[in-house]
Amino acid sequence: MKFALFLGCKIPYFVPQYETSMRMVLKALEIGLEDVEFNCCGYPVRNLHERSYVLSSARILALSESRNLGILTPCKCCYGSLKKAQYLLENHPNLRDEINESLADENLKYEGRIEVKHLLSVLFHDVGLSVIKEKITNPYEGLKIATHYGCHALRPSKVVQFDDPLAPTLFDRLVEVTGAESVDWSLKLQCCGNPLWGKNDALSLDLSVKKLEDAAESGAHALCVACTYCQIQFDTVQKEHIAGKASKVILPSILYPQLLGLAMGMDPGALGMDVNKIKPDVILDFISSSD
Amino acid sequence: MLFSISLYVALVIFGIGICVRIASWFRYRIGNEAQAISSGERVSAAISGTLRVIFSTKILTLIKVFFLDVLFQRKVLKEDVVRWIMHMCIFYGFMLLLLMHALENFISVPLFTNYYATVNPFLFLRNLFGALVILGLVIAIGRRMFVPGMRQTTRPMDIYLVALVGIILVSGIFLEATKIVSHTSFQEMVDEWAVLDDDELESLKAYWAADFGVVFPEPVAARDSDALEMGKEAHEMSCASCHSKPTWAFLSYGVSKGISPIAVTLTNARSQVWLWYLHFLASFVALAYLPFSKLFHMLSSPVSLFANAVMDPSTSATANVLTRRAMELDACTHCAACSLHCSVGVVFRQIPNETILPSEKLISLKAMASGKQLDDKELRRIQQGSYICTSCYRCTSVCPVGINLQDLWLSMREDLLREGYPENAAWARRILADRLGGQLRDKEATVTPAAGDLQKDMTVSLQAETFSSCFECQTCTNVCPVVNNYENPRETLGLLPHQIMHSLGLGLENEALGNQMIWDCLTCYMCQEHCPQGVQVTDVLYELKNRAYTRLTEEEG
Repeated sequence: MKFALFLGCKIPYFVPQYETSMRMVLKALEIGLEDVEFNCCGYPVRNLHERSYVLSSARILALSESRNLGILTPCKCCYGSLKKAQYLLENHPNLRDEINESLADENLKYEGRIEVKHLLSVLFHDVGLSVIKEKITNPYEGLKIATHYGCHALRPSKVVQFDDPLAPTLFDRLVEVTGAESVDWSLKLQCCGNPLWGKNDALSLDLSVKKLEDAAESGAHALCVACTYCQIQFDTVQKEHIAGKASKVILPSILYPQLLGLAMGMDPGALGMDVNKIKPDVILDFISSSD
Repeated sequence: MLFSISLYVALVIFGIGICVRIASWFRYRIGNEAQAISSGERVSAAISGTLRVIFSTKILTLIKVFFLDVLFQRKVLKEDVVRWIMHMCIFYGFMLLLLMHALENFISVPLFTNYYATVNPFLFLRNLFGALVILGLVIAIGRRMFVPGMRQTTRPMDIYLVALVGIILVSGIFLEATKIVSHTSFQEMVDEWAVLDDDELESLKAYWAADFGVVFPEPVAARDSDALEMGKEAHEMSCASCHSKPTWAFLSYGVSKGISPIAVTLTNARSQVWLWYLHFLASFVALAYLPFSKLFHMLSSPVSLFANAVMDPSTSATANVLTRRAMELDACTHCAACSLHCSVGVVFRQIPNETILPSEKLISLKAMASGKQLDDKELRRIQQGSYICTSCYRCTSVCPVGINLQDLWLSMREDLLREGYPENAAWARRILADRLGGQLRDKEATVTPAAGDLQKDMTVSLQAETFSSCFECQTCTNVCPVVNNYENPRETLGLLPHQIMHSLGLGLENEALGNQMIWDCLTCYMCQEHCPQGVQVTDVLYELKNRAYTRLTEEEG
């Protein structure tokens, strides 16, 4: 199985370990990735100018179509944006014509021939839990994870079609295949707060602190996320703006490929565990030794 | 005489220009930290930093960068092979012409005892180097005309440079061509260097007319093979040691054949003198203009490559980082590689603000840093472009002269913020709060449903018209995590989601736009997901943000 990899704008400079750990895990699971020079999905510019956003996402879809490859993206905001753009283009022929006129300058055309998938969907649906389980050599014992779904992959469910929006399970099951327990926590499906970071920092932090405290109260040792922006919020922003000088971290956040990779026997350094701003080394205490 | 005077004038202007440019590296302030550090501190930090690098193992990095990035230009090759070919031709052609030809008295003559401009290999090489430059210029012009991203970013400064170099090259080729055909030059040289009787002179003329491209006003008398033989002998005695066959000067020779029909007219009109003036004056204009133009990159781009190879963000002195930023503004060659690969370059097709593109944004930053007074309209354009950037780092990794663009962009935002230009949405909400925020606080005011069909007018998101289905169940407001964050949400947010939907139903767009709720929307889609009536609440809020922003940006025209 091969996909065009859409990393989005934030990974290369801000969360490079998401890419490295993801590539390691996907390689071990025999999922092929093709690198294409894409553009920004348009999620940030949507606040100012929706057409710019639609054209941005449409170009990405058209580029993948020209290579006959479906898209795999590790970022949930990008996922939501691409799915929404696809939904708009499918349901509004006038918009599609307008966009295609602009894309024609580059000999690109959007025809709606390829699918957009999030990393977790590929792992759950295309690889499957049983295949993943076979590759687990060092399952966790006693590790409690607060699985954070994020919002842009779950909603609006009619558009994103990722999982049940009110009682999703696929991310929990992916976490549990590693041996960790995915705990119940009331704010589980709430947004991490990152969309307001840089626009209303106080509000953004309030929302994040609420989430982190709720996760900590539920007994979790760490959060697990599968979105670039969520990781930036719970890792970088928590470190620099919540933990503060006292370094009072509420809970570390680990990226799903890192969690999975460790259970597959991969080296923590190679998975970029030391690149996380808040070291999630607590996870290592729960790894069983190799069988 | 004119030559010497114009050379000295050009050198003086050049010298002053270089000093002004380099001084700016220590004076221009970019980023918050720049406010607290003086130019003097920056100069001493630069000197000590440079010395520390030279007398350390980092000197090896500099040597490696010199060969791989300055001489071989691997970053250019990585970005685009055609661009690399183009620049290699121009770079090596021009540098070698400069060293071998322009500076012949200082370099070629001392180095090569047999150097004469008209003898091989120098005759051939001069034309070869010239041909390389011409080829490079043709590719450069072609790229700027036919590669879409290049066409969009081409500015007068790019055209001037190509034109100036083109004039120098073409005037040089035509100058050599007119010398080749010149019968007056032939006579001058014979008078000075040859001792010949009349027959020998005629035969030499025949030989030179046949093989050396000279065009004489009257046909040469002696033309048979004996005459040519005698001419060849005379040539070998008096001329050959300084004159290789002009066919080796392939560019000039080709041109000389082309101008042969009018050669005598040109010669008698002293065209070679005028072309000589044109050639050296154009060269001196380039020399004087160098510090003030793109040409300056010849000196500053290697500095940027060296500096960025050895500077480490975590250990470099802040004073040196500030100097590097200012220097980088001069190192930019306006090659637009950054803009061609920019992640938000596609947005430029929808929003015609060139400061979205990194190469143009850098020019704006230069204007800001130089202390140029920019008006509100200009600063808003720069603000818009600056915050559409997603800091993806691609421009930085692509820049052929190694400029740390990411650092420049982040510093630019600090400078914009200090001027009162924050992130785009933050700016819009503040202005709208000032203008419209109070409208619904006055409980005495009558609410009048507005004329006009808002439903039909809200077409940006294509689903915003769904607000008309709202029946005020308040589910959206109740599931909103932002509303739930506050003890008294109405106080902080203004109208709440269901109230905004209702306002729109009444056509009260201004009342809706004046609320912080729109800008504090998390876009988490909880409201839209749970709405029993299919109102696209989040999308409506997106549309309102778009309308607000468009209204504000269009107002200033």
